[in-house]
Amino acid sequence: MRKMLAAVSRVLAGAAQKPASRVLVASRNFANDATFEIKKCDLHRLEEGPPVTTVLTREDGLKYYRMMQTVRRMELKADQLYKQKIIRGFCHLCDGQEACCVGLEAGINPTDHLITAYRAHGFTFTRGLSVREILAELTGRRGGCAKGKGGSMHMYAKNFYGGNGIVGAQGQIFEAYNMAALWKLPCIFICENNRYGMGTSVERAAASTDYYKRGDFIPGLRVDGMDILCVREATRFAAAYCRSGKGPILMELQTYRYHGHSMSDPGVSYRTREEIQEVRSKSDPIMLLKDRMVNSNLASVEELKEIDVEVRKEIEDAAQFATADPEPPLEELGYHIYSSDPPFEVRGANQWIKFKSVS
Amino acid sequence: MAAVSGLVRRPLQQVSGLLRRRFHRTAPTALQMTVRDAINQGMDEELERDEKVFLLGEEVAQYDGAYKVSRGLWKKYGDKRIIDTPISEMGFAGIAVGAAMAGLRPICEFMTFNFSMQAIDQVINSAAKTYYMSGGLQPVPIVFRGPNGASAGVAAQHSQCFAAWYGHCPGLKVVSPWNSEDAKGLIKSAIRDNNPVVVLENELMYGVPFEFPAEAQSKDFLVPIGKAKVERQGTHITVVSHSRPVGHCLEAATVLSKEGIECEVINMRTIRPMDIDTIEASVMKTNHLITVEGGWPQFGVGAEICARIMEGPAFNFLDAPAVRVTGADVPMPYAKILEDNSVPQVKDIIFAIKKTLNI
Repeated sequence: MRKMLAAVSRVLAGAAQKPASRVLVASRNFANDATFEIKKCDLHRLEEGPPVTTVLTREDGLKYYRMMQTVRRMELKADQLYKQKIIRGFCHLCDGQEACCVGLEAGINPTDHLITAYRAHGFTFTRGLSVREILAELTGRRGGCAKGKGGSMHMYAKNFYGGNGIVGAQGQIFEAYNMAALWKLPCIFICENNRYGMGTSVERAAASTDYYKRGDFIPGLRVDGMDILCVREATRFAAAYCRSGKGPILMELQTYRYHGHSMSDPGVSYRTREEIQEVRSKSDPIMLLKDRMVNSNLASVEELKEIDVEVRKEIEDAAQFATADPEPPLEELGYHIYSSDPPFEVRGANQWIKFKSVS
Repeated sequence: MAAVSGLVRRPLQQVSGLLRRRFHRTAPTALQMTVRDAINQGMDEELERDEKVFLLGEEVAQYDGAYKVSRGLWKKYGDKRIIDTPISEMGFAGIAVGAAMAGLRPICEFMTFNFSMQAIDQVINSAAKTYYMSGGLQPVPIVFRGPNGASAGVAAQHSQCFAAWYGHCPGLKVVSPWNSEDAKGLIKSAIRDNNPVVVLENELMYGVPFEFPAEAQSKDFLVPIGKAKVERQGTHITVVSHSRPVGHCLEAATVLSKEGIECEVINMRTIRPMDIDTIEASVMKTNHLITVEGGWPQFGVGAEICARIMEGPAFNFLDAPAVRVTGADVPMPYAKILEDNSVPQVKDIIFAIKKTLNI
């Protein structure tokens, strides 16, 4: 602290000879890192849990901030494009849940494998795809990550298995728990508990809402899913647990979605606007990170605002691309039915309409 | 349109009374009814008529139905008759089948029939086959209903047509309404039937209004299962279809009528047991046949019709091979241009008709 003060005073003294205030900001010294207290996780069948403090470097902080802001702005842009009918079909947005996808990615390696359900745009980004490819997939263009053939719920990347449209897997998940535990598979089961299954609150759908305990013989953690550092630490802990050969583990991330279930759900018939507003003002993940970083001198308000401006531009450019890019060519309607097969013919709406199918 | 839907919300006697006063007619004239409201009315009447009838499914109660088909029913009949389930198709379909075996008359809603695949063992092995396996001891008076087939932009996992899959199974009855009259009459017949009936609705048809004839307004109006309807008389070619494509066939018929080609359009209404007699009688009159469906070509409804025609008297009356118009043989793509070309369009129907007639 003393060193920092000394450095700051030297800078200020130096700045006295340079009138431009910009120079002052640019040469301001930020802390390299800061230590933060994070909420203790609830534990199930675990003696110890993730640490209750964590060190955040300036570099990581800026990276997480930028990523979360990108996901946020990307989802809001998708909302806009959907209302303009440029995006069609189903569109499930994850704004409010940014700390989950960004925090998760911060705790694992790019070589780990991830799969999720339909609220997948955030994960598609954190797993490495660009906003351009994601938005162009939402608008159904050839530059989309699935060449326009998948849409919102069917985006894939390296070590990311989508984007899946069908859930309803209560029975299946218990089957998966059993086999994972039986064979000690290194698998983290994650529940992003945003309190509602479409229009039904968890209390009306679950006999036990302690999802982190429902792996029964599988240990579990309940994590503050609005705090990216909490998610990161819990993920690191869970990943280490799995990698040590102990078998599967469960993570319940308590989070919240600002939008309704999908763009066809206004999201206010089963919850109050006050509830949404309260989460936004008290627990917004981006706001929480920003406050922490500014208050511990990891970054300045202006610097973060600059990132906001850059992110906004990136999203605008991506949206431009996604709107202007042409649709996939009709000739490719039949492509990619089988993998590694020689080309064959695909029947269209009648026997005279034929499409070529290429792997 | 707003005025029309305003009319629908009034009690029917009032409306017909109004029309009576205005037009000085003694008999009530047809009013406009959307398919959604027709299904709602049909279920409402059957719930009122028989207290053993109940509806269960995701979001059917407090949310008024994912597509608002069950709007107002929970308010009217309460928790015991209109039941919100957790997202567990296999689970709640099993519960519904058990209830039917014990003597209740459940309507089990699948939010779309794509989700019924999660529960297909219950539909086939627990419902369809049981009366047979028990040697006639155990009936299963259950209705499985929900939207089937392509919608708009909902991509591969949400666009499959299940007419062929369910139509394949002995023990099941499978119906596929097109207009409001079909929708109300068939759901009522399905509920009163003591066998498992699959009702394949269509999401794009829910909001479409049709003229609702006087007899359909009765609480005892039933459309018999297993009987097709000739929607349009013609002499040159028989066009057989079910669900939304029936509308496309009628459009094609209107276009072709200007060229002197008169199509006989048959609305199957029931997939299983198929009314092959009506189709045969028509083919023996017109000597030409095309089938039109939204599902995939291989092993589809059209394939079955063609096979049966060959086995019966109508074969000798054919002047040309029968032709099928179907969905394209690909998983449903998301991009609009690809999706449009993956479903049978009016132009494809016209083309097939002209080819068959050698024009």
